[in-house]
Amino acid sequence: MDAVFLARLQFGFTAGFHFLFPPTTLGLSLLVVIVEGLYVRTKDESYQRLSIYLVKILGTVFVMGVATGIALEFAFGNNWAAYSRTVGDIFGAPLAAEAVFSFFLESVFLGLLVFSRNRVSARTYRLSAFLVFLGAHLSGLWIIIANSWMQTPDGFRLEGGRAVLTDFWRAALNPSTVVRFVHTILAGWLTGALVAMAVAAWLMLKGRERDKAPAARLMKPALIVFAAAAVLQLGTGHAHSVQVWRTQPEKMAAYEARWQTMNGAPFTIFGIPDEKAERTRLLVEVPKMLSLLTRFDLNGSVLGLDEFPKEERPPVLIPFAGYHLMILFGLIFIGVGIGGVWLLARKKLASSRRYLKLLLFAVPLPYLANEAGWVATEVGRQPWAVYKVLRTSDAVSAVVPAGPILFSLILFTLIYALIAAGGLTVILKTIRGGPGEKAAEAPHGGTR
Amino acid sequence: MTGWDLLRNIWFLLIGVLLAGYSVLDGFDLGLGALLPLLAKNEDDKRALIGAIGPVWDGNEVWLLAGGGALFAAFPLAYATVFSGFYLALMLVLFSLILRAVSLEFRAHDSSRQGLWEGAFVGGSLLPALLFGVALGNVIVGVPLDSRGEFTGSFFTLLRPLPLVFGLLGLCAFLVHGAVYAALKTEGELRGRAQKAGRRLVLAFAGAFALSFIMAWIYRPTTLKSIPAWIFAALVLLSLVLVSGALRKGRDGRAFVFSSAAFLSLWGIVGAIQYPDLVRALDPALSLTVRNASSSALTLKVMLIIALVGMPLVIGYTIFAFRVFKGRVRPGAGY
Repeated sequence: MDAVFLARLQFGFTAGFHFLFPPTTLGLSLLVVIVEGLYVRTKDESYQRLSIYLVKILGTVFVMGVATGIALEFAFGNNWAAYSRTVGDIFGAPLAAEAVFSFFLESVFLGLLVFSRNRVSARTYRLSAFLVFLGAHLSGLWIIIANSWMQTPDGFRLEGGRAVLTDFWRAALNPSTVVRFVHTILAGWLTGALVAMAVAAWLMLKGRERDKAPAARLMKPALIVFAAAAVLQLGTGHAHSVQVWRTQPEKMAAYEARWQTMNGAPFTIFGIPDEKAERTRLLVEVPKMLSLLTRFDLNGSVLGLDEFPKEERPPVLIPFAGYHLMILFGLIFIGVGIGGVWLLARKKLASSRRYLKLLLFAVPLPYLANEAGWVATEVGRQPWAVYKVLRTSDAVSAVVPAGPILFSLILFTLIYALIAAGGLTVILKTIRGGPGEKAAEAPHGGTR
Repeated sequence: MTGWDLLRNIWFLLIGVLLAGYSVLDGFDLGLGALLPLLAKNEDDKRALIGAIGPVWDGNEVWLLAGGGALFAAFPLAYATVFSGFYLALMLVLFSLILRAVSLEFRAHDSSRQGLWEGAFVGGSLLPALLFGVALGNVIVGVPLDSRGEFTGSFFTLLRPLPLVFGLLGLCAFLVHGAVYAALKTEGELRGRAQKAGRRLVLAFAGAFALSFIMAWIYRPTTLKSIPAWIFAALVLLSLVLVSGALRKGRDGRAFVFSSAAFLSLWGIVGAIQYPDLVRALDPALSLTVRNASSSALTLKVMLIIALVGMPLVIGYTIFAFRVFKGRVRPGAGY
């Protein structure tokens, strides 16, 4: 195994593991804000119990996100030194800005959220909840800016082999930033909301008397956020795909296993791309759909991989599979969301055990959808680290051979397995405990 | 001096400020973590000590991420050289910080692995407290770099005597700071033990400080020619005397101010002997400096705007949070 492959594997593994947590934080922090808001409006104490309960879960998820994020801040120097030298003039700033504008905000106010319920006024507490929400979303913004610049770099010129910033706003708001940001944030809301729905469903199924009111009060806003995000995601996913087709046509060709340029290109529903033979087996497709979706024209031309030199083509199988799995899960979410809203409107949600059980089994799906979409996007960018600027194979650290990367990768795997085990134990224990009897008796962060 | 050079110097200073901020803030919780087995006699003591840092350690640690991010943005060539060159050593720091970050939450709630997570907290505090100084020592003493600025040494290059002594000095500084903070936040016997440990550790700090001077005189006499460094060195010693005195009189708050001052003065020495180098090469012509390792003037300017807008806010709400959590942690209260 060569150093480039191992460095990619290590980044993929550490970033992929980290990416389990921030989307959950995005959605849960939104729900904490909503629940705190509902508490102010209704003065119903079960909202306060609910808020304490959600903050506990959020605290654990957040701390796991922090722990696994540390490695990524330094991964560019560790494994990708050539990358850092070549594009550091542009890429470093959003990472630093993320720390300044959001890590501090999230961390300091999460500390207040978890530990200070009885030390600050209700108003300050609500403000803290909002600032954690804001910090999490700003963090998403800066990291999406950094990632989008790798996909669709702008606002720079090349000087002696190094990218030099010429226009900050063009670099930050490059052609894929906004749509990727909205798409990713909605994915986070969807993820956190489904986790909250599953928690509420579990409490309802368990049937403890004291959990009934808070579970119902959690289910409703979570379901509304989930259903709205799922439906909106159809639009942002479409817009994001059109942007990919426009700015990285070979990536769209890989997503769709579009081997040849074609007028009136079909949209693939199912297939197994065979990269050697450059054809797709077991193909099921909707005629002319891809042309319609990307160009609003049934007979529009869509570029195929044959337009691009072999050494500049992305791999096909992984982006294809990731893209289509994400779409499949997205459609399932719309079904789950609309079904839930229908049950809610007919006041049958709490008694529909089948739907509640379905929610429990659906929890892994948003995580799989997030990872699938992310993998499709990053593998579809290959062979470039920065699209048309720097090849991934030229981006690694020259002085770090395969051995130390493998060694650290093994340690990362062991440590992350341990963190996964610990985190799951803690989160499940919190969930099992339920929202507690009364707000006054609830531990105010004391048990850390 | 051109505008670009001015920006480079400002960023040299600002990264120093971020790292110094990190050592003063996260320094006390790293030090406290490393001292936990020595200070705590029972579970109540442990909970009091952990409770003292529980709400604030995470915000403190962000100073490191901000410092690392700022180094990446302002001096990408130095960032790339250090993090790829010191690979295994920095991986050890990363693993420590990762495990430490989850350890407190998990120690409290993952009861079947409580001992493991406590060990992760103590080890994850001790190892970075030692290795930060070793890494900084190497950058100051000089490392083998080639003409492209790539590190050409090995893991063992990093373990030369002078950097190891700097590591020891750094560790002492973290431990003093941690002991003083523990004294400030606790009551009764636990507080007495922390004060006593703090006064002993001040002696160790002074000893390590003297040792690093002797070693610097042997290995790198040029570093002793900086006048500002001597002034900061005097400030370190003065602060240490004041820390010890304040602890003896039970003035823990003052002791904390002075142990912070000792830490900041150490950074003053580093800045004075290091400028304008970022990563000193064994062949001085190949050193990475503020000039040859920096980002463009535009990036430095954008970054300065980000820092000027963001950092006052950060400092403001950090002070607010510390005020919310001020006061001693009652024993057994578990915070």
